[in-house]
Amino acid sequence: MSATAPARISPGHVTDPPDAAPRRRLRSRWWLPYVLLVPAVVFELLVHLIPMVTGIWISLVKLTQQYLRNWSEAPFLGLGNYRVSLDVHGAVGRALLQSFLITCAFTVLVVGIAWIAGMAAAVALQRKFPGRGLFRTLFLVPYAIPIYAGIIAWKFMLQKDTGALNHLLFDNLGLPGEKPFWLIGGNAFWSLVIVAIWRLWPFAFLMLMAGMQSVPEDLYEASAVDGAKPFRQWRSITVPMLRPVNVVLVLVMFLWTFNDFNTPFVLFGKTAQPPAGDLISFHIYNASFLTFNFGYGSAMSVLLLLFLLVVTVAYLLFVNRRSQRA
Amino acid sequence: MRETTGARVFRIVTVVVLSLFTLFPIWVMITSSVKPLGEVLDSFTWWPQHITFQPYIDIWRTVPLAQYFANSLIVCTAATAVSLVIAVFAAYAVSRWRFRGRGVFTTTVLSTQMFPGILFLLPLFLIFINVTQATGIPLIGTRLGLVITYLTFSLPFSIWMLAGYFDAIPRDLDEAAKVDGTGSMGALWHVLLPAARPGLVAVGIYSFMTSWGELLFASVLTNGPTQTLAIGLQQYSTQVNVYWNQIMAASLVVSVPIVVAFLLLQRSFVAGLTAGAVK
Repeated sequence: MSATAPARISPGHVTDPPDAAPRRRLRSRWWLPYVLLVPAVVFELLVHLIPMVTGIWISLVKLTQQYLRNWSEAPFLGLGNYRVSLDVHGAVGRALLQSFLITCAFTVLVVGIAWIAGMAAAVALQRKFPGRGLFRTLFLVPYAIPIYAGIIAWKFMLQKDTGALNHLLFDNLGLPGEKPFWLIGGNAFWSLVIVAIWRLWPFAFLMLMAGMQSVPEDLYEASAVDGAKPFRQWRSITVPMLRPVNVVLVLVMFLWTFNDFNTPFVLFGKTAQPPAGDLISFHIYNASFLTFNFGYGSAMSVLLLLFLLVVTVAYLLFVNRRSQRA
Repeated sequence: MRETTGARVFRIVTVVVLSLFTLFPIWVMITSSVKPLGEVLDSFTWWPQHITFQPYIDIWRTVPLAQYFANSLIVCTAATAVSLVIAVFAAYAVSRWRFRGRGVFTTTVLSTQMFPGILFLLPLFLIFINVTQATGIPLIGTRLGLVITYLTFSLPFSIWMLAGYFDAIPRDLDEAAKVDGTGSMGALWHVLLPAARPGLVAVGIYSFMTSWGELLFASVLTNGPTQTLAIGLQQYSTQVNVYWNQIMAASLVVSVPIVVAFLLLQRSFVAGLTAGAVK
């Protein structure tokens, strides 16, 4: 009660009963959560929401280089930018469609394989063995390395004549034939896939490992008494118990991978963009900043957002319906 | 519980394959960083023929690496600190009050995670130009613009994770502190923050790592003297020669501090993820 003592001495509170101060605080603090949220809301508005609305507006106008300085005067086009972006018979639309299909294939492969690798590692390190801590630490390194540093190391390894990958495949393992280019032509796609998996699988491992720590040990012991084999235990205990983690994990990995910009940007740079490695974010970036046609770029970005929104909502509905039925 | 042969084979194969895959680039980075230039421009070798530490000296001269390092350090520290404070307040509100608009706030903030960065890069670029012209606050080509941008990247995840942490702390504790007369902010400061220290550490690392590796916005919002490491590291490639040994040395130099910090604090990080996932 030390805080109410000075209150009674101060003139304004002389008539207050001793317990009035806490009660008034209870009633008057309804606004406090809003005040606490103000900074977060201000920055979210400034960096995410206002730019998003602006982006939708830009996608409706003809914002080319000549209107960049006075962009409020850019002529209104309506859905013109969208029409060009979606017209698969035109050059812009065809390139966008190709980039979209490549990104779909890339995402399915990367998320699928990264999830399998992360799950395998989490299961393999589930029981104690000498050196477990060491391997866990090692597996987390690709996640902790700054994105660009890891990718740049791969870029060096994927060089045709001086790279480590061709050396391993052709000089050490004795593969027949010529050493191929990895960053030019069709192989660029596989380079992207390998590098993206290397970066992403430790995250799956991290999340699944964290999730497995909350699975009670008794469940495994009880099922072992009933004679369950490890694979059966994994299917009947681990996977169902990890369901909440997996729901979030797969969604997050999908969104990150589909929006991946860093891998193609560092691997291919600004000059050489092989069509096979033209992921959608990279495609939009180049379409916007090389030609300075922000109208097209924004229309493509909005289309990308709509696609991601549809997939996310469909995914969440599907997941919820399944969990209700189960 | 004994391990079956099948499980044992699975464990060994998994650990060996994934270790080799993980180590491959790390090995190349380390060995190439101590090779002379002639050697990295020649056919690849698993071991350096002549070990030299010259690349580690040259990296600071070929490009202004120290400048990039300082920029990254300033931007990431500032963004992390501000984002942490903002996330603490927001998570406190979300965890301890059931107010109108709470659902809208959490949904909106989490769904911004979904937006492709490229969507708000272009408009943000234009908005920053206009704000700069209108108010004179320089947001383009400066560290300030980058700090403001970065601090929002980790905000959704930080709020979500810290709210999970706060939820796990019994309400009686902060109610008791409030009855003692410390007020709501006192309860946050004296009760919740000390109890949620592992969560704060985890969120701090996550936030710092997110900004330290960011490339897309750094490539557009900075120029010359304000460029960060993400951009600076690409500069070794634009010279007449590609100084691969220096690139590898510089990559290691910028990676080691963050990797060591992450590995030391990984237990807090995993604990933080678990607290968030349980919710």
